[in-house]
Amino acid sequence: MSARFPRTATPLGPRARIAVVVAAVLLLAGGSVGYVMHAQQRTKGERTEADTSFTLGGPALYFRDTASGRVAHQPLAGAPGVRTAGARTAGARTTGGPACDRFYASDEGALCLRAEPGVLPRTYAIVLDRQLREKRRITVPGVPTRARVSASGRMLSWTVFATGDSYATTSFSTRTAILDLRTGYLIKSMENIQLTIDGARYHAPDVNYWGVTFARDDNRFYATVSTKGRTYLVEGNMRDWSAKALRQNVECPSLSPDNTRLAFKKKVSDDAAAPWRLYVLDLRTMHETPLAEEHSVDDQAAWLDDDTLAYALPGGSGRGSDVWTVPADGTGTPRVAVQGGSSPVAVAAG
Amino acid sequence: MYLATTGRRDTPAPPRTVGAGRRVPGTVLALGTVSLVTDISSEMVTAVLPLYLVLGLGLSPLQFGFLDGLFNGAAAVVRLLGGYAADRGRGHKRVAGLGYALSALSRIGLLLAGGATAGIAAALATDRVGKGIRTAPRDALITLSSPPETLGRSFGVHRAMDTTGALLGPLAAFALLWATADAYDAVFVVSFCVGLLGVLLLVLYVPGHQPAPPPLIPAPRRRKAFGALRDPAFRRILAAASLLGAATVGDAFVYLLLQRRLDLPISWFPLLPLGAAACYLLLAVPAGRIADRVGRRLPFLYGHLALLGVYATLLAPIGGPALLLLVPVLALLGVFYATTDGVLMALAGPVLPADGRAGGLAVLQTGQALARMLAAAGFGAAWTLWGPDPALWAAVSALLVALAGGWALLPRNPSGTPAPGEPGAQIPERRTA
Repeated sequence: MSARFPRTATPLGPRARIAVVVAAVLLLAGGSVGYVMHAQQRTKGERTEADTSFTLGGPALYFRDTASGRVAHQPLAGAPGVRTAGARTAGARTTGGPACDRFYASDEGALCLRAEPGVLPRTYAIVLDRQLREKRRITVPGVPTRARVSASGRMLSWTVFATGDSYATTSFSTRTAILDLRTGYLIKSMENIQLTIDGARYHAPDVNYWGVTFARDDNRFYATVSTKGRTYLVEGNMRDWSAKALRQNVECPSLSPDNTRLAFKKKVSDDAAAPWRLYVLDLRTMHETPLAEEHSVDDQAAWLDDDTLAYALPGGSGRGSDVWTVPADGTGTPRVAVQGGSSPVAVAAG
Repeated sequence: MYLATTGRRDTPAPPRTVGAGRRVPGTVLALGTVSLVTDISSEMVTAVLPLYLVLGLGLSPLQFGFLDGLFNGAAAVVRLLGGYAADRGRGHKRVAGLGYALSALSRIGLLLAGGATAGIAAALATDRVGKGIRTAPRDALITLSSPPETLGRSFGVHRAMDTTGALLGPLAAFALLWATADAYDAVFVVSFCVGLLGVLLLVLYVPGHQPAPPPLIPAPRRRKAFGALRDPAFRRILAAASLLGAATVGDAFVYLLLQRRLDLPISWFPLLPLGAAACYLLLAVPAGRIADRVGRRLPFLYGHLALLGVYATLLAPIGGPALLLLVPVLALLGVFYATTDGVLMALAGPVLPADGRAGGLAVLQTGQALARMLAAAGFGAAWTLWGPDPALWAAVSALLVALAGGWALLPRNPSGTPAPGEPGAQIPERRTA
């Protein structure tokens, strides 16, 4: 049999081929550069710092505005006792906050997780004061997922997904840090906390913590730990740096303002598309109540007040997410509070 | 510098140094360039995808993992189909070109999908299908256009170019994100343009087949599909590759273990795979040349010894500066890839009949990939159950067993190995039946 591969690939001669390649390179490069410049124009002027007039002041619902990627707020209608879930708050959005991928605040200060692209992309945990001015900036590993500030503003915690980049595979593990603003002490990863499960000191290489929530005393906290394929709710203690598992199948706990109940997401289905449902756990009776929200919620819910929870759900069109609210006692119906938003948090003080 | 070597094509050379001064076949260089350009395009997207999906669109990692894992099984089937289709119509170039084009088009799919999960899933599936169907025909083209005695070098050159693209892609993507303040769509558009250029280069510079001469021998029925499996030499190579693949824990675990051992500053983490890839890039051509000289069996086996070295280093109680652990692990990992990836194709290529080559290589690649998937799952389970050190010991034992098996299984002198100094033997016409 003769050789099957002719010398020329196409009817075109060498010169013609070079001409075609050059033309194509010019055309494609031109198109690329044009599009990139267009994209630059579009994102130009997007500042990452908060406008000076944009500060923490309530009562207001703060959140990340999906369209701009910056923090915004809108009035938290309703006096204490009135269900915010029923309040009509849409439309009165004030934008101009810092650019954040995850945001949380107390009346005393805020925490902003921001992934900044670059040849080596970096993620920062940025500590902000009441004027939303930057106080401290810490480089953190990975993709931001959870942020919390204690009520006093003293304790901060954040969780990121530690990933490799394209070269590695796409499995995630979490890394949770705790920062004490009063002492300035930073725990980069809380994996070494002394953990007790079922009354016994527990050691395993695969422990992963996420979703910390602090009590009013700035010492007690709750978090999720996962090990060997199970997730547990742990109650932690900053002073003696210990944690004990309280119960299984609890993720992303969030402590109510009166510190009596925990909202969390519970895995109720093996369906990877919709595994979780929101529950509230009464810490005195250890009784769980499913909330009226029937969609799968993958968020650390935030208490707007002692009766109402807010959380993000994927938007209707699959684009971005919306902030929803639902009563914390299992009654009522979920309502949209913010369209195109995430990271909800209520700020009370004016 | 290597590629610019201007030796004459058919220099008669002493058998031991055959190929040393020769030029790499134009088709291999063309395919290497296509791979380089295409890998820039695809790694651009791969690099930003986790950020885009999790931060840009707010997908949970679980959903993301689900999307990502969804098509892995399908990719194996598609690869077999691609190999089969390429052999059938001798349409290696056409099938490979379709694969490259599909992957390029999938970027537009990502752009149009916006945030819709179904659209993203479809775009990712298109990309995987493209990648699946093009691999075997492309490797078959390399074997068909290279003299068998320099196949190792040809694959070395191709893989080095391919890896160069894979290294440049993420840099380009993050530079773009930085320049455009997170405009992911710009990354997709540029990736699309680069991908199109790859397709064009393939069309212009990679020879297709001429209108096939009427077959001299009536094609035996149903022989081509998986006919390679009937060949004992090929079966032994497939068995050895799968066996050794089943003892490969996966890079992700290696990096994770490194990171745990060293408690590296996290901003270093993305640099780890980069180090291994750079090492692979540097060694691919020399490893291929050595394989041409000493036969491909030994480099392939010794390459797995390098992997054993990786595991051993990770287990060794090494204190001191991080580099003491980092450098050997990354270097050994690079050696492992350089001496096994292209070398395996060079080992198997000549054993396969020319008209069943793409299909045969597809079977081999699929077998190896499935074995590696099993191994990664198994190692993950062992890690969870026993912790990292016992799991590593298990991996070491498994690899030792697999090496012994590979040693016994791999044919010492696969009949496809050409008699040296026969420049005319462009296409070994070995028949299976």
